[in-house]
Amino acid sequence: MVVTQEDILAIQPEIEEYAREYGLDFFPVIFELVDYDTMNRLAAYGGFPVRYPHWRFGMEYDQLSKGYRYGLQKIYEMVINTNPCYAYLQEANGLVDQKLVMAHVYAHCDFFKNNFYFSHTNRKMIDEMANHAARIRRYMDLYGVDTVENFIDTCLSLENLIDYHSPYIKRRSNQNGKPQPASQRPVVKKLRSKKYMEKYINPPEFIEMQIKEYEKKMKTQKKYPPSPERDVLLFLMENAPLENWQYDVLGIIREEAYYFAPQAMTKIMNEGWATYWHSTIMTEKALHPSEVIDYAEHHSGTVANHPGRLNPYRIGVMLFKDIEDRWNKGKFGKDYEECDDLREKKNWDKKLGLGRQKIFEVRKLYNDVTFIDTFLTEDFCREHKLFSFAYNRETKRYEIESREFKKIKQRLLQSLTNLGQPVILVMDANYGNRGELYLKHQFESVELDLGYATDTLQNLFTIWKRPVHIETVLEEKGTILTFDGQDFKKQTIED
Amino acid sequence: MSMILNMENDYQRFQKIIKGKIKENLRKYISNGEMIGRKGKDLVSIPLPQVDIPKFRFGNNGQGGVGQGEGEPGTPLGPGEGEEGAGQAGNEPGQHIREVELTLEELAEILGEELELPNIEPKGKKEIVATKDRYSGISRVGPESLRHFKRTFREALKRQVISGQFDIDKPKIVPIRDDFRYRSWKTITHPESNAVIIYMMDVSGSMWDEQKEIVRLETFWIDTWLRYQYKGLVTRYIIHDAQAQEVDRETFFTVRENGGTVISSAYELCNQIIESDYSPEEWNIYAFHFSDGDNWSREDNKHCAELLQSEILPKVNLFGYGQVDSTYGSGEFIDFLDEHLGDQENLILSYIPDKDAIYDSIKDFLGKGK
Repeated sequence: MVVTQEDILAIQPEIEEYAREYGLDFFPVIFELVDYDTMNRLAAYGGFPVRYPHWRFGMEYDQLSKGYRYGLQKIYEMVINTNPCYAYLQEANGLVDQKLVMAHVYAHCDFFKNNFYFSHTNRKMIDEMANHAARIRRYMDLYGVDTVENFIDTCLSLENLIDYHSPYIKRRSNQNGKPQPASQRPVVKKLRSKKYMEKYINPPEFIEMQIKEYEKKMKTQKKYPPSPERDVLLFLMENAPLENWQYDVLGIIREEAYYFAPQAMTKIMNEGWATYWHSTIMTEKALHPSEVIDYAEHHSGTVANHPGRLNPYRIGVMLFKDIEDRWNKGKFGKDYEECDDLREKKNWDKKLGLGRQKIFEVRKLYNDVTFIDTFLTEDFCREHKLFSFAYNRETKRYEIESREFKKIKQRLLQSLTNLGQPVILVMDANYGNRGELYLKHQFESVELDLGYATDTLQNLFTIWKRPVHIETVLEEKGTILTFDGQDFKKQTIED
Repeated sequence: MSMILNMENDYQRFQKIIKGKIKENLRKYISNGEMIGRKGKDLVSIPLPQVDIPKFRFGNNGQGGVGQGEGEPGTPLGPGEGEEGAGQAGNEPGQHIREVELTLEELAEILGEELELPNIEPKGKKEIVATKDRYSGISRVGPESLRHFKRTFREALKRQVISGQFDIDKPKIVPIRDDFRYRSWKTITHPESNAVIIYMMDVSGSMWDEQKEIVRLETFWIDTWLRYQYKGLVTRYIIHDAQAQEVDRETFFTVRENGGTVISSAYELCNQIIESDYSPEEWNIYAFHFSDGDNWSREDNKHCAELLQSEILPKVNLFGYGQVDSTYGSGEFIDFLDEHLGDQENLILSYIPDKDAIYDSIKDFLGKGK
């Protein structure tokens, strides 16, 4: 049976009403039915109808199309974090699929609106993306498609070098969310004063002296930045010798990276939340008896456990259900933790009924890292048969490493921290007093991919235009990788 | 919201990048058989190194993660499982190689551009027109033998439903004259330039696997190029040691004999095949011979030269002789041909000592635009 846009509009109020009854709080949602090809295009563009021209979108589209053609994957829905919230539904979905997916969408939208980590995102991003596209097209007209596209490649190569938490913390006083080019940066901070008091509170001679002193300090100071900078892109924007258009392009890439970051930071939670609600709404309200089988089939597909893989939908929804259950029964706090009697613990039920309230609170305040850190319990790991795995150098294969709670949690957190990417800091922009850029990889336990690292260094050089270095650990030895514009060098640090 | 989704440009730029990468690495692909194993009917799948955007990221080894399921510590995960195990965006190690699918036509295009191969001017001004009957239409009249049962039935059903004669409890469909439908055909004519390649290979004891691999690669690229130039391409295969015989493609590349080498036996058979099946007026004929150049006797060399000069060369567009490195022979045949027939315009000699030489050899063979 073909589901039309009219059908969607007809069932929308019903599903929306259910979602509201449960306390979900969302932006207005606009559903659009799209065919699989349009869906693949949208997905390749990250859900946005207009993006700047770049070949990698074509690459993603190619992959998605092939995946669809070979029957490996099908995208049921796509929803973007905007106000109003746009949600695309695959037109080949059956009616039950559509109902389920719509319930799923409302929960996503509730998450976007209420989760703290989305609070700084631009809800008019569709316009902003179109704006970016227009600017980049203009640069392409002015400077040539290849020149601009190559520069975008260079920027994208560095796009993960941002400070994922900076929107929520003030690390620098002058930041103001937006970077400022080096020349416009105020050198001396003036005290606030009334106009007639100005020359007494901020005497011009004093200001002059301060500027001179600052300049002198800048000249003699060997180390800049004064403290390590995690937002490498921002640092480059402020300090690298960029043309105006390059500055703008780098800014665009950075802005989009920050926009998408919260989605990556809350993937487990967001999917878990949406799955929790589609199953609740469907099973308690929206499902007609005749639709049970279709529903069961889709739902089991969504939360299927692929051996050896962690399905974010599954682990997320399981954890939310576990939290709800624990807070309903009062399985938390000092008394519960300190109880030694396993049987008593198992049958623990204080009939608090705080579950719903708790999961709403969790969806507001947590991200994947804090979510796992706080709510993953030993019982949960045992019950859901989680294991940690690692690469065994001897057998050259991935093996189950352990079923120990501590190990599992550590591995899981490790794969989530900084979105599973290396933490890289700008240490020194005047390395060796030669204006060379020195970065440091904060080594935890996993080495960088050397091939990728060298290619990325080359891109960094393209922007910095002076030799670039990164300090890391390779084969258990401190190592500095250097690219000086022509040659690539690997140097072990002697202790 | 109106959908703009201007994907075509992005997709084309991606394709262009891929083709550029393939071109860059063409020499490697040509001397590397990997690709041939991945050949389907019309597509080849090419392993392409890293088209993605490099980033600082964790290396593959040492990276672990969390999974779910049965198993004791030490149980290996299935292939590829570990790679996605961490289940987190931005954390997808191990995708350095990407498979790219190209049609053979696209591959030939790239080959042509990179090797600067001229397009082939089909021989003879006379165009060969092929006609074909295609059953592509439906008509109301026709012979009973071409009656289309299903369509006829459908028409009758339609008519009965519309006119109210259809009774759902007694569904009986009786077609009348007007309901009958027949298959009809169209005759399609299209100009066709036919081409045949006759491959000959020395399979005597002195040809080792390595040499045969070179031949296999050469034939793949020659096939690809000529198939791109001619729509109807036929290939025939002859193997020879002291005697020659025609074989199928499979046998051509696998068979191994121990006898000596009499090259003229292959040339005679080749000539016979041309005489009986491919009139030079109608066919573009290509012959390629691969050997280690270690012929039985000087007399036979002479006989070969005569055969080529008086029989084969006048009939073919191109005769290519590729000589691979001789394991222990003299390998003099190529010099002999060069000496006696070096001035023949459609004879091309190419020495292929190793796999790296295949690239230039293909260029030799196909570079004349014959």
